[in-house]
Amino acid sequence: MVRIVAQPSATQRGRPLDKGGESVDIRSASKHYDAVRALDNVSLNVAPREFVSLLGPSGSGKTTLLGILGGFIPPSSGSIHFGDRDVTLLPPHKRDIGVVFQNYALFPHMSVGENVAFPLRARQLPKADWPDKVRAALAMVGLAGYESRGISQLSGGQRQRVALARAMIFEPRLILMDEPLSALDKQLREAMQIELRELHKRIGATIIYVTHDQREALTMSDRVAILKDGKLVQIDKPQRLHDHPADSFVASFIGEASLLPVRRADACSVVLGPAILRSTRPVPDGDELMLAVHSEKLLIDDGAGDAARNRLTGKVTDVVYQGESLRVFLQLADGTSLSLRQPSHYEAARRIPPLGGELTVTLHPEDTIVVPKARP
Amino acid sequence: MPAPMPDISRQYQRREQLTMLALAFPALLMILLLVVLPVGWLAWQSIWHDGFTLENYRRILAEDIYWRSFALTFEISLTVTVLAVLLGYPIAYAASIVSRGWSIVILALVVLPFWTSVLVRAYAWLALLQRTGVINQLLRQLGLIDAPLALVHNTFGTVVATLHILLPFMVLPLYATMQKIPRDLLQAGASLGAGPVLTFWQIFLPLSLPGVLAGCTLVFVLSLGFYITPELLGGGRTVMVSMLVSRNVELYDQWGAASAVGVVLLLAVAAIFFVVSRFVPLDRVLGQR
Repeated sequence: MVRIVAQPSATQRGRPLDKGGESVDIRSASKHYDAVRALDNVSLNVAPREFVSLLGPSGSGKTTLLGILGGFIPPSSGSIHFGDRDVTLLPPHKRDIGVVFQNYALFPHMSVGENVAFPLRARQLPKADWPDKVRAALAMVGLAGYESRGISQLSGGQRQRVALARAMIFEPRLILMDEPLSALDKQLREAMQIELRELHKRIGATIIYVTHDQREALTMSDRVAILKDGKLVQIDKPQRLHDHPADSFVASFIGEASLLPVRRADACSVVLGPAILRSTRPVPDGDELMLAVHSEKLLIDDGAGDAARNRLTGKVTDVVYQGESLRVFLQLADGTSLSLRQPSHYEAARRIPPLGGELTVTLHPEDTIVVPKARP
Repeated sequence: MPAPMPDISRQYQRREQLTMLALAFPALLMILLLVVLPVGWLAWQSIWHDGFTLENYRRILAEDIYWRSFALTFEISLTVTVLAVLLGYPIAYAASIVSRGWSIVILALVVLPFWTSVLVRAYAWLALLQRTGVINQLLRQLGLIDAPLALVHNTFGTVVATLHILLPFMVLPLYATMQKIPRDLLQAGASLGAGPVLTFWQIFLPLSLPGVLAGCTLVFVLSLGFYITPELLGGGRTVMVSMLVSRNVELYDQWGAASAVGVVLLLAVAAIFFVVSRFVPLDRVLGQR
């Protein structure tokens, strides 16, 4: 694969830093707390320069895995490799990785400059070099000139940036981030997501990013690893996760999908109540199958279009206005319900019948996703 | 010009202030009766003996025994405070880093002596430290010493016993402060490349200083006024200020002189606090931040 690197703009803000990334190899890592398996035999390969998110609900083991990578939690079994170094038993301060913590973990008794210079002090770099490096690191996160400020004088977003500058000043080739944006409000969070992406491209470090926000993971990552109950369920590119979920858990976690129990008819169709739905994807084997219907993929049937489209008819039970879109809830004849999204403009709203009215929607066979039911 | 609208929030505020005052009243009354009045009476006694007199204060300034006693009191208090930090800091540190179960055990051991009276503990130290006490006998049986060491009835015995009794007042505020230091900060230090030593000196120690100050203040002030312990373990040779007060009253029936000593001690402590507060924000250290 051809990679385009070293665009000239990379050197314009800050420094010409591109030290490259470290590859990370997690081999059968497990962590048990008495009877509880916080992490259960997880193996994962992260390529240099890759941005991988660990996504899962709380208790899925994503923070445990990050703790194991950072060296804060010793694994019960398995091994961790950075590049060709086995770091499984290496203490955190010898791993040479940047870590950004959920609540920033800035040192309250130090100024912004002292915080950012801390890794230089720890590495016993000559003091004369500090000011230049601190200035460059702060400039990179858009906080030039903030050296002498106190931590308590900063807003949440600024603290986040200081934490980033501190984790990057020693040019680590691997950076771990533990829900670094979760304490910010929505607008700032989305702006920071884009900024982080930019920054990642510029410094070229490998980033492993923990989040419980699927949108955040999809926005920023090269690949997303989905964890559930300490196990790795699926790791894939964002679009693959969305369109080819491994099971109903992934389907429900990524995007906005309704899950309907279906029966396998043959290799390319399933039975849903009285209807037979066709899919262009191979239908998996097994007794317990679910149809994952993304709400944006259902269209209101206007009689036109491909005759091959699957059709579902139900009663409208609720219409929720959500600003840029409307979410319409339908109940099918067999009692199961699903939802669809319509852009909130006049044309679309006019096609939705009043509550209790019948509505037929279509689902293209290309978008008809059948997955095995996940074990609870 | 139209009259300004009456602000109803003003009325609400006034009612709230009255409620607060009423709630604080019992405590205020208690402080008035038990602190302000006795201290006022003390000050009055020291300057009024059949008319206004500064005789009591003149004597304190003129007589050597008072000077020596004040100097000794401050010396002992300072020694006890410094030793309490040196002994208490590692205990509190250990309690703050071990698992919850162990920290309860450590703190219980620290607080346990509180359940015995000061008098009993002072006599226990006497039994341990005296010429024929446990320690001297043990050392002699081991052949380490020929003659018994003078461990008690002097400043040494006073310091040891006072330190033992006041140590919890150092450990508890230290532990409270250390426990509030977010573990994240220590992990962050390590992740940024700092080894355990640097992490301790640069992060943990500075953040625990408020606890050190709170503990020092408590221990120092309490040991300034210590009475029973130095009386029993000082053997009459270690005359602290509190003993001057009691002697003036018990032996010589000199209430005025006793009061004057008390007032001078009070002023000395106030002066120390004033000087310290110039350098350290005491209100922030002692109160909740």
